[in-house]
Amino acid sequence: MLSKRIIPCLDVKNGQVVKGVRFKQHEVVGDIIELAKLYSEQGADELVFYEISASVEKRLLDLNWVRDIAKNIDIPFCVAGGIKSVDDAAKVLEQGADKISINSPAIARPELIKELHDEFGKQCVVVGIDSFFDEQSGEYLVYQLTGDPNAASQTRYKTQEWIQRVQDLGAGEIVLNCMNQDGVRKGYDLSQLSQMRALCDIPLIASGGAGKEQDFVDVFNQANVDGALAASVFHKQVIEIPKLKQYLKDNKVATRL
Amino acid sequence: MIAIINTGCANINSVRFAFERLGVTPEVLSDPNQLNQFDRAVLPGVGHANVAMKRLVEQGWQQAVNEYNKPLLGICLGMQMLCDDSEEGNVNGLGIIDGSVKALQTGNLTSPHMGWNNIKVTKEHPLTKGITNDDQVYFVHSFAHEVNSTTLASCEYGQPFSAIIARENYAGMQFHPEKSAKVGAKLLTNFMQWQV
Repeated sequence: MLSKRIIPCLDVKNGQVVKGVRFKQHEVVGDIIELAKLYSEQGADELVFYEISASVEKRLLDLNWVRDIAKNIDIPFCVAGGIKSVDDAAKVLEQGADKISINSPAIARPELIKELHDEFGKQCVVVGIDSFFDEQSGEYLVYQLTGDPNAASQTRYKTQEWIQRVQDLGAGEIVLNCMNQDGVRKGYDLSQLSQMRALCDIPLIASGGAGKEQDFVDVFNQANVDGALAASVFHKQVIEIPKLKQYLKDNKVATRL
Repeated sequence: MIAIINTGCANINSVRFAFERLGVTPEVLSDPNQLNQFDRAVLPGVGHANVAMKRLVEQGWQQAVNEYNKPLLGICLGMQMLCDDSEEGNVNGLGIIDGSVKALQTGNLTSPHMGWNNIKVTKEHPLTKGITNDDQVYFVHSFAHEVNSTTLASCEYGQPFSAIIARENYAGMQFHPEKSAKVGAKLLTNFMQWQV
């Protein structure tokens, strides 16, 4: 049976892993390679690396650490940060990354999704979506450039529209980051994720809000997502991956031990 | 010495690094005429079957791979190219391992089949030594080889399909052993020790 994926997310800035609360106030967590090796040895199913300042600074992420990661870990990993063209993506994949994730550049030029799909195949193309629940209007809205609080802004898309659009263009997977929950460890946004799950024919990865082991059971059982991404609970050792995997198994979630 | 056949696909470094982690230094080979000098060969592949197959033929690998009589392992699309034909782009394969590659019928499940799944060993073989039904490997694909007499291990996602196939000195793995943690390392070690 296909296992539900546990995906630690490593936000990269100036060659180190950092963590912010609600995307603000970044603090250094540790060395990229050491953390990547630790998580893969502990049983993480996949890793995601976001070079958070790349898109804001309008440049491609640093390729050197991508190659070091590929040499040092034996599980799949996805890389994001300022990938704006087929050429950019080719450089990242050549270093040994399995997938590339695009977010703000896809909003600026949606055809990029189709170009990447046509060149590398659907399985390589992950679209990250930062979705903010606006309480006043009751709408889910897509944000961009969230790597920098001063640059972050609302886009023209509602989340549902954008999810449909990226699938039509050939995305192979969606990482839905529920911004209201991000970094506050109160659980995943089950309501939003369930609604968006119903619109997705491709794998959907939940992001934002993991605080305890039960949050993972809930997001798999209630929102039926394919994977769950988390950062601070792993970085701060609030949750240890081997224990989380056993907890998932005990709760009848398909998992890899 | 082990050769990684350079088909120009994107994941060559991933395969190379996986062997390097096992203490083996493979050579990425671009000249088909040299293939015979190597004790073992790996044919990696990602992307579209039609494009990859065309490139393989244009670069002159068809004959070299056909005449090779030492262990050769196709990975993912590399495995599919060893088969008779593929529904992806309706293209003929190398015809080395019996069976057709068809679109995976995933039913209500999400597609592509992406992630960790169990494999079930169906035939004893040096390549599957030490592999149990609890072992999981990493898959990323939407086309698959139908289970037949060449199947060494199978997997199920919407339908049963071949995870590992072999005929004589040729073998193929639909998943990515280079990205399948300890189980993948065990399978690659089995490949290194496989005598034909």
